[in-house]
Amino acid sequence: MRSQNRYQTDTLSVVYFLSLVALGWINIYAADYDLENAVSFFDLNQSATKQLIWIGASFLIIAVIYILDYQFYDSFGYVIWGISIFFLLAVLFFGKEVAGSTSWFEIGFIKIQPAEFAKIATAIALAKYLNSLNTGGSVQRKLGLSTLLFLIPMGLIIMQGDLGSAVVFCSLILVLFREGLSGKLLFFSLYAVILFFLTLLIGQWILFLMVFVLFLICLGLFIKNKRGLILILCVAVLSCGLIKSVDFVLNEVLKEHQRLRVMSLINPNADPLGIGWNVSQSKIAIGSGGFMGKGFLKGTQTKFDFVPAQTTDFIFCTVGEEQGWLGGTLIMILFGAFFLRLLKIAERQKSNFVRIYGYSVVAIMFFHFAINIAMTIGLFPVIGIPLPFFSYGGSSLWTFTMLLFILLKLDSQRMEQLGH
Amino acid sequence: MKSRILGIKVFIILIIFVLSLRLFSIQIMDTNYQKIANRNVIQRGIEYPYRGLVFDRKGKLLMYNEPIFDLEVTPKNINLSDSLLIKELLSITQKEFEEAYRKATSFSRHLPSIFYKQMSNEKFASIQDRMIDLEGFNINTRTTRGYAEKGMANILGYVGEITRNQLKLDTTGYYKAGDNIGITGIEKTYEASIRGLRGVKYRNVDVQGVNMGSFKNGTYDTLSQPGLDLILTLDGTLQKYAEKLMEGKTGSLVAIDPSSGEILSLVSAPSYDPSLLSGRGFSRNFATIQTDSLKPLFNRPLQAMYPPGSMFKTIQGLIALEQGQVQADEIITVNGQLIGDHAPADRYDMERAITKSSNNYFFKVFRRVIQQGEHPSPFIDSRMGYNKWRDYVLQFGFGNTLNIDLPNEKAGFIPNLDFYDKIYGEERWKFSNIYSLSIGQGELLVTPLQMANLGAILANRGDYFTPHLVKKVGNKSLDFGQKKSVDIDTSHFDSVLDGMQALVSVPGSRAYIPGLVFCGKTSTVENSQGLDHSGFMGFAPRKDPKIAIAVYVENAGWGARAALSTASLIIEKYVNGSVKKKWLENYVLKGNFQDAKPK
Repeated sequence: MRSQNRYQTDTLSVVYFLSLVALGWINIYAADYDLENAVSFFDLNQSATKQLIWIGASFLIIAVIYILDYQFYDSFGYVIWGISIFFLLAVLFFGKEVAGSTSWFEIGFIKIQPAEFAKIATAIALAKYLNSLNTGGSVQRKLGLSTLLFLIPMGLIIMQGDLGSAVVFCSLILVLFREGLSGKLLFFSLYAVILFFLTLLIGQWILFLMVFVLFLICLGLFIKNKRGLILILCVAVLSCGLIKSVDFVLNEVLKEHQRLRVMSLINPNADPLGIGWNVSQSKIAIGSGGFMGKGFLKGTQTKFDFVPAQTTDFIFCTVGEEQGWLGGTLIMILFGAFFLRLLKIAERQKSNFVRIYGYSVVAIMFFHFAINIAMTIGLFPVIGIPLPFFSYGGSSLWTFTMLLFILLKLDSQRMEQLGH
Repeated sequence: MKSRILGIKVFIILIIFVLSLRLFSIQIMDTNYQKIANRNVIQRGIEYPYRGLVFDRKGKLLMYNEPIFDLEVTPKNINLSDSLLIKELLSITQKEFEEAYRKATSFSRHLPSIFYKQMSNEKFASIQDRMIDLEGFNINTRTTRGYAEKGMANILGYVGEITRNQLKLDTTGYYKAGDNIGITGIEKTYEASIRGLRGVKYRNVDVQGVNMGSFKNGTYDTLSQPGLDLILTLDGTLQKYAEKLMEGKTGSLVAIDPSSGEILSLVSAPSYDPSLLSGRGFSRNFATIQTDSLKPLFNRPLQAMYPPGSMFKTIQGLIALEQGQVQADEIITVNGQLIGDHAPADRYDMERAITKSSNNYFFKVFRRVIQQGEHPSPFIDSRMGYNKWRDYVLQFGFGNTLNIDLPNEKAGFIPNLDFYDKIYGEERWKFSNIYSLSIGQGELLVTPLQMANLGAILANRGDYFTPHLVKKVGNKSLDFGQKKSVDIDTSHFDSVLDGMQALVSVPGSRAYIPGLVFCGKTSTVENSQGLDHSGFMGFAPRKDPKIAIAVYVENAGWGARAALSTASLIIEKYVNGSVKKKWLENYVLKGNFQDAKPK
């Protein structure tokens, strides 16, 4: 039994991967399909044709991953992270500015986005660092320190002006939670995010009033508990501070186009022809799909360019419009099953490094998945992040392929890994 | 740790569930998105049908559809090196070119908009051959009404954009704001047949509004159906001649075929060129025409109301004969003192009284009709007599619309008892208050159409058909109802018609047409506002009548001059096919009747 399992790659995961890539390609083909002028399948101007090349290349990447020794990632974890930070710094000076953000290197016809590479590097480095958790020191302190591993690339990416990619790193908090981060911290971060959006939605003065009323109620409940009272007082003061800071964040920290995106989530009609256009057209495309969808290649909103970025960030519009609620939900279930499978893989590792890395992979992918779909259906501000394996583009496809297959490679040799 | 692992799994499933729920709400619960999506991409284009063509009774085309060619440009697609050719073909300057291009660009770079409006035929011909070389330019064809003649505006009417009020009144739901609708004339009366059926074409458009082909291969499209053609009862040649004769005058001419009620000619003078109210110049031209002091939009044959004057003596004679108040051969001596008269004091029978138009004869006859001595009180006696008399008058089609197939026909006015009661008080008026009616003056008002219809009744000895202008709609002949009759014995017509015949049978006179026996009666209609109106009513030939006619020429004095001369020429033209009396034609065309004021 043992020897049989030794070099076995998880078949189910590969099947999920192939299905997602295939479905993604079909939808890119549909999104780009031109009703009027049928172009040759081999025309390189076709997104679908180019995507085929990117898919082919990703198999080369898989091969390289499988050739590399499994210990490479653990051993060179920090080096890889260091290189990625170097690139993130370099792109700030030598990068090409595209649409307000300098996040690309352009060497000839090849375009490289260091932020994508940083996702992989950070996942590896985080796994390596947290792997040493058990070797001494306060767990919570180490967990807190580990956030530097992703806060640093995050900061650099924000400096590039690519807020979407930066926000992705927040997903790694999920990994910290799995490794024992205080649930309270997670709860309060979530509370802060909700409070932020509530402030935008209903205005600060009503919220101040609500916080005050809640504070009074809690005061009544915990009148005899001194520690509880102090905590409640702290929470109330912090809440008010956060509510007050929303305006500042909106007007001072966020750039104009980012502010508009946030605002248009709350009121899509605020800027119907600007950023609100993306959201409302995206919702129209998906909403018009109905239960069964309009059928393959029958979508009108995407075909006639009503939805911007329809092959990349808004690829889910094509799914929603042509395959309807049924198709959309089935694809989400497929993603869900895929994520749960990866969690299962992570949990079966003897090596903490691989487990933590596995959680990082799930966290990053799940965050992309959830936020991407949420923004197409108007549940989240439009931050340009792709739908894993679906969105057109080599960079993102290769990143997710690498993330996944490094995990599968490590998993295939889990019997050789040393447990802690 | 176990609970945290489970928590993470639950979290993932929960998020997917929420996303799916949200999808459910926008895709299935909210049907608005479907509508908006369709509004986004499906453009509903209306295909306007051609309006029906209009022909005269002999099949001559009177009204048609004229194509207008506009040159349109789609700025995105043009090749600026073509600009020289365009400027040359349209013979416009660089400045004009730039101005037109700028306008089109500011409308849209992706959609065609008008670059040069209403090209002349020569420009269209020269540019049409070069269209294939001119990328981004296309020719858009619209239609407008075209007219074979400059006349008949009051008959044909015009088409205009539907008003908000008309939209509200439209119960069929056919019309939409911006649609055209017949405003007057047969364009209005026959709107439902002549307009055709609008077609609808659904097409897909992309985000720029560029046409992306038909929607679902045209499954939901409907073809437009051209309107039905109309064949008028009008005789185009006669109409043209009548319009020529009425030129420079103010008045009406109505000619009817007595055997069917078909209108052969209907002239309202002055009129306007119908092409002025077709197509682009509409609003500017309409304002000019509307403010014209001679009111060319006023359709006089149906809307102008005049006293009938002496022509009414024919009816007075017939009613008196029918009621037995006078015999045709009864000689009545008049001294000419009861009422002002142009006829001499003399002995008159019915025939001679008609021919000479003796006012005093008809004064006496009408007195007998009104005061029949059935009641000792002259007031009550007059009421009874008047009521009987009025019933007869109404039978001749007066006091009510004849329901011709043109809009806005007026009823004229035949006073009822109430009317006089209000003026004089009940039972406080008698014959002496209303004697003016005996000679067709006083409160009576009739339209020229009603007078022409009287001509038809006399021609048919008591029968008439509803006058109408349209013979056929498409292939279907129209039915205007049964023959109507007046309660006058046909034998009573002899003396009246004899008198009318004698009037127009004096050799060498203006009325006389050698070899044609016909009947007529003139009116010199008293006009308190100015010169008297000249009126004539008659029919020809006496046996087997082919044409009944009424002519009013305003402020032209004697009926025996302007109106009679015009009518005589029309009769000659229609019955004989051509006019031999060139001197009379010149007399009418010259139109100098002004010195002819009687008295």
